[in-house]
Amino acid sequence: MRVLGLDIGSRTVDAVWLEGDRIVAYEVADSGFDPAAAYRDFLERGHDAVVATGYGRHVARDTLGCPVVTEIKAYARGASELFPGAASVLDIGGQDTKVIALHDGGAVADFEMNDKCAAGTGKFLEVMANALGFTLEELAAAALAADSGVQISSMCTVFAESEVTGLVHRGEDRGRIARGLHDSISKRVFGSLKRIGAQGPLVFAGGVAKNPAMVELVRLGFGGEILLPDECQIVGAYGAALSHANSGRPS
Amino acid sequence: MSETVDYRPMWEELGLDLEAHDALLGAVGTLYKDAYVRQKDRPEGMKYFDFVISEIHGLRVKELDDFRAQGGKVVGTFCLYVPEEIVRAHGAWSVGLCSGAEFAFDEVERIMPRNTCALVKSFMGFKLGKVCPYIQEADLVIGETTCDGKKKAYELLAELHNVWVMELPQMKREKDKAFWREEIRGLAEKMEELTGNRMTAESLRTAIKEVNDKRRALQRVAQARKADPVAISGKDALLAVQVAFYDDVPRFTEMVNKIADELDQRVAAGEGAAPKGAKRVLITGTPMAIPNWKIHDIVEKSGGVVVQEEVCTGSRYYTKLVPELAEDATIDEMLDAIADKYLDINCACFTPNEGRCDDVIEMAKEYGADGILHYSLQFCGPYQIEAEFVERAAKEAGLPMLKIDTDYSMEDIGQLSTRVEAFLEML
Repeated sequence: MRVLGLDIGSRTVDAVWLEGDRIVAYEVADSGFDPAAAYRDFLERGHDAVVATGYGRHVARDTLGCPVVTEIKAYARGASELFPGAASVLDIGGQDTKVIALHDGGAVADFEMNDKCAAGTGKFLEVMANALGFTLEELAAAALAADSGVQISSMCTVFAESEVTGLVHRGEDRGRIARGLHDSISKRVFGSLKRIGAQGPLVFAGGVAKNPAMVELVRLGFGGEILLPDECQIVGAYGAALSHANSGRPS
Repeated sequence: MSETVDYRPMWEELGLDLEAHDALLGAVGTLYKDAYVRQKDRPEGMKYFDFVISEIHGLRVKELDDFRAQGGKVVGTFCLYVPEEIVRAHGAWSVGLCSGAEFAFDEVERIMPRNTCALVKSFMGFKLGKVCPYIQEADLVIGETTCDGKKKAYELLAELHNVWVMELPQMKREKDKAFWREEIRGLAEKMEELTGNRMTAESLRTAIKEVNDKRRALQRVAQARKADPVAISGKDALLAVQVAFYDDVPRFTEMVNKIADELDQRVAAGEGAAPKGAKRVLITGTPMAIPNWKIHDIVEKSGGVVVQEEVCTGSRYYTKLVPELAEDATIDEMLDAIADKYLDINCACFTPNEGRCDDVIEMAKEYGADGILHYSLQFCGPYQIEAEFVERAAKEAGLPMLKIDTDYSMEDIGQLSTRVEAFLEML
């Protein structure tokens, strides 16, 4: 049985092909302006079943007739399969942030998600990198190199961008601004983690887990152990595939 | 029922902006079709409500028009704290006014801050945009001081319409109760002044009975929601209460009782509007005026079912009845009974408001809810803050709770669906 798990996100479409409980292949593609086109190619590579998750799951359900699970369940499932002792999950994606507290065994105990704005997400970092004239990699490197951060008070992407522009014009060091931006995201994340009573070990997944400055700040600020998947972007797709009743490891 | 009547001359006479009004009715029709008509296994009796909605600004407005042409008076209200019994005892009719959709917010935001709750912005928008025939039919709008947003908005509305405001106390001490009893008498005086009619013990008794009968019919519908499978969808049950605010009272009661009879049969036959075992959600929070079906729609399209709503367009409207006193009871005694019943409603505008937490937990158990969804309009301080106490009570009772703050826009549907679906998966 070959199960294809699709995580159709706002920035990337991630695919995992599962045979039994083994990942036999995976892909990460840009969503672009036509996410369906991004995964059409994945559908031609052979599978017996598909399970979709992510922002585009309903479209996939309507067009492919496949079962769907939410990102919350998919990340919980994927993370606890990768790290059997995990107690919580942090996923910072392109346009939303999720924190999930897990029961023993990986079921969702509680969760929190940001609401309609992109505050503190991958998109936020992209916009800020742009405002500072950095690439995403440079933004993270500058934040790591700075010994302290300036206080950024706006979490709203639009307001924070104005704030950053103001700081740049006042001659503030770009590295300290970059650090301040990362600090503001991590502060928000810790607030969410606290509200749901998240314990360690914490699995940090999603595209923003590739940002070394965010990883460092989460590691410093979170009381417990931080676990990083080798491929942080496919945890949701993996969890979706695992949730299929006929996958090797039914939940 | 299907003959088409041209209501445009009536709307024009009422001063509506016909083009904007067409756009509004078109939007409501689309929303209704998507949220309601597509539902499977609806009770047959809901056809009445399909008809009511198809005539949302038509037949009922015509009835108000005819009533007023014969000298009748209509009052418009925005809140269940304005006792319909007293309005009716004076031979007048009470209608709930439009406040459930985004309309003319650009005009509203010229005179009000953007971060005002959607319900307040909505009623101002309907008035400024000239699209609510009900307010145009209202000889008097009766406001109440339930929240600061409404309180101040009534001052602005008073520049455009005949508005009179009742003061609802913010606490429930003996002196507040005494004060509220006086306010209720003030309402009776105001109604006498408006209608030129003096109520009698007989007319007040009849009004109490009629409005109680309406509430009893809604209680019967609620009863059928305790069954698994649930006999009626949450959306349909919500709609019944929304319409209760403005429909003709005896007709509404008769139609809802017919639906309740049908629901009793469905329960006995084990028939449901949702599959047996569907996750059961209790909603608590801010009111949902027509056509605000947003949260119910998300929950039920995600495979859950709303089994009760502890909101002003839900249980708070019909759970408590005005005591029907003995035949020789005086007007004063009846007015006190009315005052006390209304003050006993648990709205977040009171401090403290512990009774609401008790109501929520009790209802969750009674209706077999698997989880609680706390729904609040953004910028509604009282409900958004009180959510903390509800959450604590839910935790203590071992019930999961999801907290949603939103408005009337559709831009957050994607994220809300994910949160609601994940909540249902978790239950």
